[in-house]
Amino acid sequence: MINQVFRLFILFTVFHTSIYAQTKDMVFIEGSRYIPLYGRDSTVVEVKDFEMDIYPVSNSDYLSFVKNNPKWEKSQVIALFADKSYLANWDLDLKPNPSINPQSPVNYVSWFAAKAYCECQDKRLPTVDEWEYVAMADETTKDARVKPEYNAQILAWYETPRTNEKVIGITPKNVWGVYDLHGLVWEWTQDFNSVLITGESRKDVDKDNTLFCGSASLNATDLMNYAAFMRYAIRGSLKAKYSMKNLGFRCVKDVKD
Amino acid sequence: MKKSKYLLSSFVLASLMLLSCGNKEEKASENSNADIPVSREMIAELTSPPNVPTPVGARKAKKLIVEMEILEKEGEMTDGVKYMYWTFGGTVPGSFIRTRVGDEVEFHLQNHPDNKLPHNIDLHAVTGTGGGAESSFVSPGHEKIFSFKTLNPGLYVYHCATAPVGMHIANGMYGLILVEPEGGLPHVDKEYYIMQGDFYTKGANGERGLQPFDMQKAVDENADYVVFNGKVGALTGDNALTAKVGETVRLFVGNGGPSLVSSFHVIGEIFDKVHIEGGEMINENVQTTLIPAGGAAMIEFRVDVPGTFILVDHSIFRAFNKGALGMLKVEGEPNKTIYSGEISEGIYLPEGPGIQNMPTTDEIVASEIPAKSFEEQMEFGKQAYMQTCFACHQAEGQGIPNAFPPLAKSDYLNADVDRAIGIVLNGLTGEITVNGNKYNSVMTRQMLSTDEVANVLTYVYNSWGNSKKVVTKAMVEKVKNN
Repeated sequence: MINQVFRLFILFTVFHTSIYAQTKDMVFIEGSRYIPLYGRDSTVVEVKDFEMDIYPVSNSDYLSFVKNNPKWEKSQVIALFADKSYLANWDLDLKPNPSINPQSPVNYVSWFAAKAYCECQDKRLPTVDEWEYVAMADETTKDARVKPEYNAQILAWYETPRTNEKVIGITPKNVWGVYDLHGLVWEWTQDFNSVLITGESRKDVDKDNTLFCGSASLNATDLMNYAAFMRYAIRGSLKAKYSMKNLGFRCVKDVKD
Repeated sequence: MKKSKYLLSSFVLASLMLLSCGNKEEKASENSNADIPVSREMIAELTSPPNVPTPVGARKAKKLIVEMEILEKEGEMTDGVKYMYWTFGGTVPGSFIRTRVGDEVEFHLQNHPDNKLPHNIDLHAVTGTGGGAESSFVSPGHEKIFSFKTLNPGLYVYHCATAPVGMHIANGMYGLILVEPEGGLPHVDKEYYIMQGDFYTKGANGERGLQPFDMQKAVDENADYVVFNGKVGALTGDNALTAKVGETVRLFVGNGGPSLVSSFHVIGEIFDKVHIEGGEMINENVQTTLIPAGGAAMIEFRVDVPGTFILVDHSIFRAFNKGALGMLKVEGEPNKTIYSGEISEGIYLPEGPGIQNMPTTDEIVASEIPAKSFEEQMEFGKQAYMQTCFACHQAEGQGIPNAFPPLAKSDYLNADVDRAIGIVLNGLTGEITVNGNKYNSVMTRQMLSTDEVANVLTYVYNSWGNSKKVVTKAMVEKVKNN
C-alpha cells in the first residue's frame, strides 16, 4: 500500500515537471473529428480541445468535497438529486465504510452529485463524445478500436467482478496520459441520455422507428464494438438520480483561448 | 392470352387472400382469452432446472407475481473450466415460470447491485412490443415492474435483449415460461426442464481456468461447448434425471441458442407425443425433434424398460465432443419382450488384415498447466479421471462386476506400476484376473498427455485404499519410450 502511494507520488511529481500550463492532475486533449459508435447528430463528431482528469474521482477526493458541501451528505441530499443507494457504502455522512480504499474510485454517486462536484472545481462532466474520444485510445494509439486486443481487454473487465475496489492509477495509462477509463468503474457523462437506447436492442437498429431514438442514433457504426455497445446500453439504462456500485466519474475542463 | 392468364391468376390469388383474411377474423373473435377474469393474487413458484413448478391443475386465472433476480456470477462449465455466466435467477437456464392461460403476470425484474450491466427480458409468451424488453430495461441495483396477460397456451422461451443481445444470450440469459391451457396439461408422472445452449470461449474446449467469452467465435457460430442446462454434466451421473418403469415422462425442452439449432433425441426411446415447437400441434412417434434457437418443444413418453437413456443433440459431435449429453436413469423390472439385452456373442472375422485402429493424431497436446504439487496432481488427476475413466471404472473405482475391473484395492493395479502406465498409454485387450475375478474386455488406448497420465494414475494410486504411489511424468515417459 505504502509502495503504491509512493508510486503515485512519483507519478505526480513527474507530471508536475513535464506538463506545463495545465491544471493539476489534468491532461490536455487535442480535439479532432472521429466516428463514434452512435453519433448524436451525424456520423462524424467533432471534439474541441479540452483538459481531462488523469484519474477518476477517488473516495478520498469525494470525501473532502462532501466535507465542504454538507448538502451532498447522504442524510442531507435531496431525494430528487440522488436515490436511496447514494453513498450506500458509507456508514455515516462523513464516514466511508472502513473496508473502502480511499484511493479506489468513488461509486454510488448520482449524476447530479457528480455534476456538482465538477462545478465546484470549476470543471464539468465530459460529454459522451469527449469521453468516448479519449477512451478509444490504448497505450500507444489514439484510436485503438481496430485492434482486437483493445476490445478483448475491455470485455475482460466486464467479466471481472468487484473491479470497483481496485486502486486508481495502477494499470497503464493510455496514450493521452489518462488512467482507468476502462477497468474499474463506468463513468457518468454530461449528456449520458442523449443517445437513447430503448433497451430493446433490436429496435435500436430499425431505421423506421423514430419514436425512441433520434435518427442518428439508430445505426451503430461498428457492429463488432461490443464494449462500446455495453457502454451505450448502461448509459441508456440510467436516470440522473441513480447511483450504482459500478459507476463513478471524472471531470473535464474547457481550454481557454 | 398471356394477359388473361395473369388476370385470372391474380383473381384467384385475391380471392384466396380474402378467404384467409376472413378466417383470421373469425379466429380472432374466438380467442377471448383476453377476457378471462382473474381472481386473487398469487406469488409464482419458480424452480431451478431440471425441476418444474407444480402444475396449474384446475386453478382459475390469477394475478401472478413473478420476482426474478438477475445475477452475473462465475460458474463451472466443465471440470477445471470456469465461466462468467449472466443468469436469470442464478441458474442457466433461468428459473422455470409456470402460468395458465388468462393469468395476469406482474413481472418484477431485479438487477443485482453487484452486476456490471443493464439487462431486460423478452418473453415470447408476451403479446406486446419487444415481449416486455422495453419496459423491463433495468440498470444494476434497480427493479422494473411490468405486467402482461397470457393469451396463448404453449411453451415459450424468454431471454435478455439488451445490446449486444447475442452476448447476453451466449452468456446464459434464457429460460422457459409455460402457459398451460385451461384445466392444465394432461397428468404425467415426471416432468423435467432442459435447455440447450451454445457457448463460445477464448480457450478451446477443455482448456482450464476462467475462460472469457469469445466474440469472434460467437459471430462465426463456432461453438466450443454445446450443453444442456448450462454446463457439461448438468444432467449426468448424480445429476441424471430419473424415472421408474411404467411412468410417463414429460420433458420441457428449450433451446436458448444463441446460434445452433438442436436435433433433440433420446437414445433408446421414442417420443410418444411431441408438441411441435411448444405449440398446440402434436406429432406422435417421433425419433428426433428439431428445436430452433429461441424455441421449445414439449415431449412426452412412457418408459417401458429399465436402463440409462442418453439425451443428445443428434448433431452428434456436439454430444460427444462439446457436452450436449444428458441421462435419464430408469429403474424397474426388465421386459425381455420389448428389449432382450445381449443374447449371445460370437467371433466375426471380416476379410483383411488384423484389427483396425481408429486414426489418431500422434501428437497429443500437452495440458496447458502442468501440476506443480502433489495436491495439484490429485486435483487434475481427478478431473482427468472423471472425464476419461469414470464411465467404466465408476466414481469410487469400484468398476462394474463382470464387465470392467475395479481400481479400488486392486491387486492387479498395485502389483506393477509400469504395467498400469502401459495400459493407460496403449490400452489392454484380453483376459486378466483382478482380486480373484476374471475379466475379458477391451480398454482402448487413452488420449491423454504424459502429464495427464501421471496425474490420473497418481490420483488412482492415492484413492480407494491403493498403494499411494506417486507417478511422475518421467516414469510415464520411460514406459512410453521402452
